[in-house]
Order: sequence, then structure tokens, then C-alpha cells
Amino acid sequence: MEKKVKLMQGNEACVEGAIAAGMRFFAGYPITPSTEIAEFSAQKLPRVGGKFIQMEDEIASMAAIIGASLTGMKSMTATSGPGFSLKQENIGYASIAEVPCVIVNVQRGGPSTGLPTSPAQGDVMQAKWGTHGDHPIIALTPSSVRETFDLTVKAFNLSEKYRVPVVLLLDEVIAHMREKIEIPSKEEIEVINRKKPEGDIEDYKPYEAKDEDLVPAMASYGEGYRFHVTGLIHDETGFPSNSPLIAEKLIRRLIDKIEVNKEDIILFEEYNLEDAEIAIVAYGSTARSAKSAIDMARDMGIKVGLFRPVTIWPVADKVIDELSKKVKTIIVVEMNLGQYVYEIERIASKNCNIISYGRVNGELITPDEILDKIKEV
Amino acid sequence: MSSELVKKYFRYNRLPHIWCPGCGHGIILRSVVEAIDELGYSKDEICIVSGIGCSSRAPGYLDFNTLHTTHGRALAFATGIKMANPNLKVIVITGDGDCAAIGGNHLIHAARRNIDITTIVFNNNIYGMTGGQYSPTTPQGEKGTTAPYGNIDKNFNLCELAKAAGATYVGRSTAYHAKLITKLVKDAIQNKGFSFVEAVSVCPTYYGRKNKKGNAVNMMKFLKDNAVNVKAAKLLDEEQLKGKFLIGELYKSIEPEYTDEYNKIINSFQKER
Ligand SMILES: Cc1ncc(C[n+]2csc(CCOP(=O)(O)OP(=O)(O)O)c2C)c(N)n1
Ligand code: SF4
Repeated sequence: MEKKVKLMQGNEACVEGAIAAGMRFFAGYPITPSTEIAEFSAQKLPRVGGKFIQMEDEIASMAAIIGASLTGMKSMTATSGPGFSLKQENIGYASIAEVPCVIVNVQRGGPSTGLPTSPAQGDVMQAKWGTHGDHPIIALTPSSVRETFDLTVKAFNLSEKYRVPVVLLLDEVIAHMREKIEIPSKEEIEVINRKKPEGDIEDYKPYEAKDEDLVPAMASYGEGYRFHVTGLIHDETGFPSNSPLIAEKLIRRLIDKIEVNKEDIILFEEYNLEDAEIAIVAYGSTARSAKSAIDMARDMGIKVGLFRPVTIWPVADKVIDELSKKVKTIIVVEMNLGQYVYEIERIASKNCNIISYGRVNGELITPDEILDKIKEV
Repeated sequence: MSSELVKKYFRYNRLPHIWCPGCGHGIILRSVVEAIDELGYSKDEICIVSGIGCSSRAPGYLDFNTLHTTHGRALAFATGIKMANPNLKVIVITGDGDCAAIGGNHLIHAARRNIDITTIVFNNNIYGMTGGQYSPTTPQGEKGTTAPYGNIDKNFNLCELAKAAGATYVGRSTAYHAKLITKLVKDAIQNKGFSFVEAVSVCPTYYGRKNKKGNAVNMMKFLKDNAVNVKAAKLLDEEQLKGKFLIGELYKSIEPEYTDEYNKIINSFQKER
């Protein structure tokens, strides 16, 4: 396939990326500012033999993509704040039942119906802790339209590889911004598929994690491996158990399968950090403003750089720890009143000074504002 | 016959089941399995999905592709399965609370789409699993642990609801009329579209005890005495039908099926290429 250069919106790049990664099922319910993802999916999926369904609500959409994934289809849903809240129970289901799926959350101002058409980054903690109980999750945050394409592919790959729901956290700016992007050719895109069981149908244990990565092989419904899936604590055979031993073992494995594979999962970007005395931590569209602010500050001779988490969950704690030993101050800039800053504090407060800078009025944080903050320090 | 069915279709090592002595759910499940057996589908072609509740524990006992989902959401999961792989015969086993309270919205929309899913409600008129709270089908005036002074909610007629929402096959039977369940489920599975079978169950542990319905035998006798087959009902007048409920095939129609319609869209693009 040839490379295509196109002017594209973040939401459209997300759908292009998903289809390139093999997405063949989308279920969703319209909500601003994510709606275009449903619209593009409806348009494009049947053309590649895939399926789109507009469900009656977000709960149903989340349920439907889990069902579809169990038949072997790569599945995705997209929503914004209020819809993300509704999906949470079933996101937990996907975590415990280890069903690969991708959930896009184009964040908008909250809480509740909040600011429907304004950008925000208020769902960072909800992405991690939204569903009840201890559970694994991976969340990715792009800063550009092209990166939205790449990270959607990545989201599917991680989801399939680790059998975990992956959240793609966009913000309204990235979702609606149009940029010229070059879509990579098919050969350039790495596509990962879930591990399939081999061997006797009779011996298949759907939740036996034989390999080092702690991820069990996954059959699809209808293939001959008949198995049971439940949201209850279950043993390796997939059937419910009340045993404290089995409960502990299962939940620990679910957490550990992300923990032991962190190196493979965690992505980040460093900008001008080599000699920096001040580090800005910012993600999504905010990181773009931060970059401009850093350039301006550098012109003034201030040694400042950017650390941009691309994988926002799990946290790049080792790298952040190292960074905090080198700089005097970390400024965490986010469109909320301080969410990711808790993680930075947890990791770095023993090593350096940490400042939180946030806003929740539905407006972007400008480079000038960040520059002012840098000058203050 | 029964033990053969158990050997063939049940996950032997998952038995005994957790249902109380006298519970109607076991009888209904047996009839469902009998229907599948008589239709002769291979185990791999069948997918059984449930929500949460006493009835919803059923899939765990059966040797098919099985899915025990979240409370009320069975039909939404099932919709994803059926859309993604229309070759699977998707059967949903659910409770009255599961499908008509928390899952009510999914029920009406699955019916409206006429997606080829067979839904079987084990209706015991109460919340069994959580200990006897009133459900959307608890008759007015009757008691539950959360209706200690009598339930003032008007109760749903699930079959009417399913039919009005767009189901193309609707039938009702009871745990007493087990043979009829088998027949209805067979017809329901063969119907190309959304099918709804209400199987009236008995819960002596909660509904029976709370409402002084006597033991399981008395409750079964009540079903026997108060259910009237639709065909027989045609010969009875209003007075004779007072307080009775209808069983049998209640509704059937032919409408376009959802996954077929979507496949037409996909195929239109294949021709284009
Ligand atoms: C979101 C959610 N709310 C509530 C519950 C608790 N719950 C479990 S089963 C049940 C009711 C089941 O009643 P019904 O569907 O009639 O089935 P039965 O047990 O009577 O067969 C409830 C309320 C739950 N599991 N999840
Ligand atoms: S509580 Fe009622 S419905 Fe549940 S198993 Fe016991 S008798 Fe059956």
C-alpha cells in the first residue's frame, strides 16, 4: 500500500489507526467531542468487511465490544466523560476476564455534563481507577494527529498482547485539530495479534498463564475450544472460585502482567532535558504549549525541558525518579486541578521541588502562561 | 433421558448446582438443553450468555461457549457476539430483574433491532440471588424484603413488552409445563430474529415464603391451575379467564433480521471492488 498524505482530524486519525491495526468491530453511543470517531467508523468499517453498531448507551457499547472480542474480532468504542463513567463497570469486566479491547476517551470538561465542547484533561485518574477493585489498565495520550494514529495502533497491539483493556486518552484539542499527516504504508505498521492456544481442546485452560509474560493464550468462541468466561474471581479453568488463595493469585497476576512488561509498554518523550534545571511534565495538547514555552524560555537562557508521558498508565516511575535527581524543580502542567501531579509527587518529592499548575475553565493552557510559571521558579 | 442429557451437555464437574431444593430454575434449564439437543446443533455452534442472578448461573453448568456477564447486560454482550459472528446461535439466559429492571433498556433495543438472539427469562417474580427484594414482575400488593408493606409498583408483562418492542417470536410457559418450554425454545431458536421466551419459575425460598405460597409443590400446582394455553383460551370467556395467564406461542412474525441487513451493506462494498 502506498503512503497517503492527508489533512486529517485527530478523531479521524484514530479511526484510520484502528482499522490499520485490525479493528473490525466498533460499538458506540454519540457524545461530543468523540462523535466523529463513531461517524468515521460507521463509514469505513463495512468497506473493509467490519461492523459498526450504534448501541442504546455507553454501557451497552462497552458490553458489545467485549462480546465481539470474545469471537476474535478486534474491537473498539469511543466516548467522552459522562460516557466513560458509564462504561466503568464493564471495563472492570474486561480487566478480570482479560478481554482485549480499546476504549477511546476524548476528554471534555467535567464533572457531570460539564463543558461538552471544551478541552480538559480531567479523566486521568478515572482512566486508572474508574472501575472498582484492583485491576490492570494501560492508558496512552497522544499530542498530535499523527501520534493519534500511531498510538491507536499501539493501543490495539498492547491490548492484544497483554489481554487488557487499553484506554486512549485524547483531549478535545487533539481530537478536533486538523493536521497534515502522512499515513504509513501497511508494511511500516506493526500489527500484533493475541496469542492463540495450541493443543488439545480437552486440555485447554483459558486462564492458565504458561509464559513469562503472564498472559494466557486466548481462544475465540466458535473455534472448538469451549470455555467459560465470568467477571467473578475464577481459577485457571475459568470457573468461579471463592478461595482466598485463588483470588489473591488471580488479581496479583493481572497486576503483575503489566508490571513485568512495563519496559515494553512505557513510552515517553524527552525534550531539552539534557542540561535542564527545571522540568515540565505535560501530556496531550498541553505538552505542545509546554514545548513552545520551553523554546521561549531557552531563548532567555533558562535551562528548562519537557518530560511527556505518552504511556500515562502505567507510570514511567524509574525514568521520573532519575529525572527528579537531576533537576531542581518539576512543574506539572495539566488541564485539571492536579491529577498526574500526585504520581510525580509520589515518585519525586524526596528529590526535588514539585509545582502543580492546572486549570479547569475549558480553555487551553497557553505557552505564555507556562513561561510565566517558569520565570517564577 | 435426563441423565443422558446431563452427560452430553453439562459440565459434569461443575455439578451439583447451587439452586435451592424446589427451585424451578433446574427444570427450565433441562428443557432448554432438551430443545438444543432436539435441534441437533453442535456444541461449538451455540453460545450461551447470561447476566447476574440465580438464573444467570446456568451457563456455568453447560458445555458450550459460555459467558457470565455483568448484571443486566447479557443482551448487550450477546449483541456484540452475534454481530461479530452471526454463525453462532446466541442464547441468553436471564432473570426478571436482570432483563427487565437493570437490563430493560437493552431488552427493548435488542427486540427493536430484531437481532437473531433467543432470550429465555427465568421469571421467578422476585430477586432470588440478593435475597427476595421485589422485582419488576412482582405482582402489586405482594411482598418482598424491600416491600415489607406490599409492593405498590405496577408489574410488567414481559411478553407484551418484548412484542411491543419488536420481538418476532414471543412465547410463555412455566416450570410445570416443561415440555412446552422445550417446544417454545426450539421454535424460538429457529426463528430468524429476536425471540423471547418467558419461563415462569418458582422460588420457594424467597417469593414463596414471603408471600405464603406454600412449598415448591404448592407453587407448581398454582402454575398448573392458573396457566391456560392460548388455544384453549380461545374457547373461554372473560369471566373464566380472570386471574389466569396465557402460555404457548403468543406472537410470531417475519421481519428483516439485523445481522443480515448489515451483511447486505458489507456485501454492497464487495461488489463495488
Ligand atoms: C450493577 C449491579 N447491581 C446490583 C447487583 C446485585 N444483584 C445481583 S443479582 C440481582 C437480582 C437478580 O434477580 P433476577 O434477575 O430476577 O434473578 P434471580 O436471582 O431471581 O434468578 C441483583 C440486584 C449486581 N450484581 N450488579
Ligand atoms: S433463591 Fe429462589 S431462585 Fe434462587 S436458587 Fe433459591 S429458590 Fe431458586
